[in-house]
Amino acid sequence: MKKLKSTLPNMFFSLTLICIVAAAILASVNEITAGPIASTKQAALEAAIKAVTPKYDNNPVQEATSIVAADGDSLMLYPAKLGDSFVGVAIETRAIGYGGEMTILVGFDGNGTLVNYSILQHAETPGLGARAEKWFRTDKNKQRVIGRSMKKGTLTVTKDGGDVDAITAATITSRAFLKAINKAYNAYAKREADADSGATLQETNIFSSARKEGGIK
Amino acid sequence: MSNLKILINGIVKENPTFVLMLGMCPTLGTTSSALNGMAMGLATLFVLVCSNMAISLFKKLIPDAVRIPSFIVIIATFVTVVQMVMQGYFPELYKSLGLFIPLIVVNCIVLGRAESFAAKNGVIPSFFDGLGIGLGFTLALTLLGSLRELLGTGKFFSLSVYPDQYGSLLFVLAPGAFIVLGYLVAVMNKLIKSN
Repeated sequence: MKKLKSTLPNMFFSLTLICIVAAAILASVNEITAGPIASTKQAALEAAIKAVTPKYDNNPVQEATSIVAADGDSLMLYPAKLGDSFVGVAIETRAIGYGGEMTILVGFDGNGTLVNYSILQHAETPGLGARAEKWFRTDKNKQRVIGRSMKKGTLTVTKDGGDVDAITAATITSRAFLKAINKAYNAYAKREADADSGATLQETNIFSSARKEGGIK
Repeated sequence: MSNLKILINGIVKENPTFVLMLGMCPTLGTTSSALNGMAMGLATLFVLVCSNMAISLFKKLIPDAVRIPSFIVIIATFVTVVQMVMQGYFPELYKSLGLFIPLIVVNCIVLGRAESFAAKNGVIPSFFDGLGIGLGFTLALTLLGSLRELLGTGKFFSLSVYPDQYGSLLFVLAPGAFIVLGYLVAVMNKLIKSN
């Protein structure tokens, strides 16, 4: 067979043929891999939710809603319930770090205590900002944010007058990390306050237990 | 040229990384660890072998004036296949290689081999050429990744060799990639010349 000459019909024919074959191959591979891709994504999200919330028995992914943060960003909220009672939430939040956007899944329990966090995606410097995954869990000096009550106010690094130790040589990452967590909590607190018709406008402590403890001053 | 010679040629004499200096972007970007480097090399190997074979098989059907778009469509098809398979079955690896997988489409090694070898040779030699160049690329990336991981974090394929506080962060970052690559190219040149 001789090589096809570069005439218009030939070019048209060959490109069309290649594209049809390529499309057919991709469609069939997509058919095979669509299931596994969806299930690995789902499994990763569920594992992350499980890690950051108290024990639950509902399906947070199915009951997910979105909430609007102060800066207009819309965040996904996954409610965790045990039986009929509400035990906590996982919120997917984000902020711009040193190397780009960081996506963090953060969990609070019913009293506004930070249960745990999981960094879903980041582009921070390896060895510096990338240590955030471990740093804010480590119980050393004022590094640990897990177990802190968000009712006492937002989290800030010590450099900015707060009480959280920033990652050594990665203050920008630390600020972004705390900003994302504060953003998630505030958005959540605001929504709860709006939903609670009995609440006064000034009240930002949203949980009933908080009120009992004398949250309104 | 025998098939074995074509294979060896791709690994040593025309090693894409150390000799031809092609595909530098994924080379420097993905070799922060040995496993990442090897995975990137193997993904490229698969694409190279498939695209080389497909192009040599259909070369008579592709008019010269539209050969580049045709090659790109063929290459992109295989890259997308790799991407979907990786996403579905190796999510951890996909997460760490990220954007570099779809970028194999524009890797000049793949298009370079299609244009300079597969478009002129039969299916069998093209297969060996793809395999040789792909293995050369994989070996180079694995070697570069291993050295950077070892110097930077004290690990070899995630197994601890020495405590990681003695590792130098420089080698995990981009400048370290250039430094290690430079030394490897020098060593490679010395070895080729002495032969």
